[in-house]
Amino acid sequence: MATDTASGTSRLRGPAPWHDPRIRSVVWQILFVGIVVALVAFLVHNTLVNLRRQNIASGFGFLDREAAFGIGESLIAYSPADTYARAFLVGLLNTLYVSALGVVLATVLGTVMGIARLSSNWLIRKLAQVYVETFRNIPLLLQLFFWWAMLRVSAPAPRQAWELLPGVLVSNRGFVFPVPIADPAHRWMLLALVLGVLGAIALKRWSKRRQAATGAQFPTGWVSAGLVLGLPLLVFLAAGRPIDLDWPELKGFNFVGGSAVSPEFAALLIGLTVYTGTFIAEIVRAGILAVSWGQSEAAMALGLKPGRRMRLIVLPQALRVIVPPMTSEYLGLTKNSSLAVAIGYPDLVSIANTTLNQTGQAVEGIAMIMAVYLAISLIISFFMNLYNRAVALVER
Amino acid sequence: MTINDILGGLMIIAVGLGLGGTAQAGPTLDKVKQTGQISCGVPTGQVGFATPDSQGRWGGFDIDICKALSAAIFGAVDKVKYVPLTAQQRFTALQSGEVDVLSNNTTDTLQRDTELGLNFAPVVFYDGQGFLVSKKLGVKNAKELNGATICVSPGTTTELNLADYFRANKMDFKPVVIEKVDELRAAFFSGRCDVLTGDASALNATRLGQAPNPDDYVILPERISKEPLAPVVRHGDDQWDDIVRWVVYALIEAEEKGITSRNVDEKLKSDDPNIKRMLGVTPGMGKALGLDEKWAYNEIKLVGNYGEIFDRNLGKDTELKFERGLNDLWTRGGLMYAMPIR
Repeated sequence: MATDTASGTSRLRGPAPWHDPRIRSVVWQILFVGIVVALVAFLVHNTLVNLRRQNIASGFGFLDREAAFGIGESLIAYSPADTYARAFLVGLLNTLYVSALGVVLATVLGTVMGIARLSSNWLIRKLAQVYVETFRNIPLLLQLFFWWAMLRVSAPAPRQAWELLPGVLVSNRGFVFPVPIADPAHRWMLLALVLGVLGAIALKRWSKRRQAATGAQFPTGWVSAGLVLGLPLLVFLAAGRPIDLDWPELKGFNFVGGSAVSPEFAALLIGLTVYTGTFIAEIVRAGILAVSWGQSEAAMALGLKPGRRMRLIVLPQALRVIVPPMTSEYLGLTKNSSLAVAIGYPDLVSIANTTLNQTGQAVEGIAMIMAVYLAISLIISFFMNLYNRAVALVER
Repeated sequence: MTINDILGGLMIIAVGLGLGGTAQAGPTLDKVKQTGQISCGVPTGQVGFATPDSQGRWGGFDIDICKALSAAIFGAVDKVKYVPLTAQQRFTALQSGEVDVLSNNTTDTLQRDTELGLNFAPVVFYDGQGFLVSKKLGVKNAKELNGATICVSPGTTTELNLADYFRANKMDFKPVVIEKVDELRAAFFSGRCDVLTGDASALNATRLGQAPNPDDYVILPERISKEPLAPVVRHGDDQWDDIVRWVVYALIEAEEKGITSRNVDEKLKSDDPNIKRMLGVTPGMGKALGLDEKWAYNEIKLVGNYGEIFDRNLGKDTELKFERGLNDLWTRGGLMYAMPIR
């Protein structure tokens, strides 16, 4: 073979090691990683030495100690006698709660506004444009202050609360409404609801297959609505309408009973939704415009109505363009929820701030905040990437 | 690798850079003399204690403590860099060396003294936590506050005392926790909260300074905590700790001996050996502290004694009209008692 010749052997031996690009690149990479590791080690060492020199406690032992401070709103039972760890969990749940609601509402608002911006109706188009251009260009923090002040100042004191409906009250302490008192039948209603949803999904699949095979359409929408709403209603009626409402009533300073949405939560949710909604609207508009006009024309030629054209032809194709930038918006909304600290909603940052100030362990507190936001963001990214893969163009 | 190790690593990266610079910092006095100014952590704005005027010059009780320190070290009151710090920022700023001393209405507590690595100078103001409410609510004392919504600033002993008080009395409350003092006050005056809680002195200043009509609001009689407010330094520099301590004592001692900014020059001729030692006529005290022998003279000449500082910023010469009360000299039934300067 050719490699057995003298010239082949010399090529096998190759250039000197310091001239071999592969070896050189490996050496440089090792060197670079080494420098980074050394730098981190220096910082770690320096911090630990500093903390020790100043006799500042370190470590996560404080999490087991009693928090001793109150929290205004919580999804789980909490009292000042609980630990810092539980206070932290309360903050985390509050952050997740407002973020999750914000993501859903911003998506709905953004999609509606994005489609409205392309409407053939001049008024709708212009209203959507004004909305986007206004709220996109004002800093979120100012918007939060605005909504919060609006809710606080425009609403009356609890003793003069506006009664919208019997038991539904608005005051500067928030929005109070009655909630049903738990009853065993409610669990069955929930089960019926789940069954209804599962039934609706199965129906949808069946009707799709039937339409593909025979071309006959089935009124899926109406029947699904009947299943989802009707089944729990049937159970409710069968159980003898067990509904006792927990009515809010004014006792002392505030309303007792019922359920309440605080002005801080409402301001934060409205602010996040309205602000992020503008960006989503632009993404949706861009996505729709990215679908070539020929697709719409073809759909029109087939005689599809405007609604179906949007739902069946344009949006599924637009999603491929929409989903990746949408991930960034969801991440942004979640991270922006930390502005809650400015208007007094007890989110993760607010509670971690209090904790680190009570314990003096700023380093640990900040590290926990960072770790949590990183984890939340990575999880959102992960699921959005999964979804993106599901809607992506399948190339054959 | 446990999650703690990972988090530990992360946090260390986060602050390593920030703390890196102070690893080799020497005694604070040397640094202060070298840079020619004292970095003094003060409140972000509180009537009577620390407020900037229309020209941006700081004034107030806390500010005068910084000035006294400057006078004792440099013989001039303007060698101070004022760093406004919120309750949440102040300890980190002191620990990391961003400021040399806090004159920030800080309550002296065991935990802060130990775990936060701080040392407290003598108390300059004895305060207590109270409740500010609107008269319209018709509340007469704090025991009637069950179920109230309460505005409070985070990360302070105030927040803990509040929770403790309601727990001890088996009452409920809803805290609204807001960091910026301005937003906190706005929330209270717009009726978002029934009660604003804080140190009684600060509440009184808020009532007089920010309320639409001060007479519509009242501070309830209860004081639910002891709040001894004192300047703070960090662990690890005993000389600096001593300087701050004795600068404060000298202010109190001067009032007790009747030395004021107006008569301090005459007092130089005094026959009282205590006054002679303090004002540096008999040398020794300044050297012991590592300062000029004129340290106390300069303080009193340029800033005044404790009583003058109190009256000028909080007491009878001001709108606030605070009573001396606990903050009077021990000889008049108060708690102000300076250790002997000898």
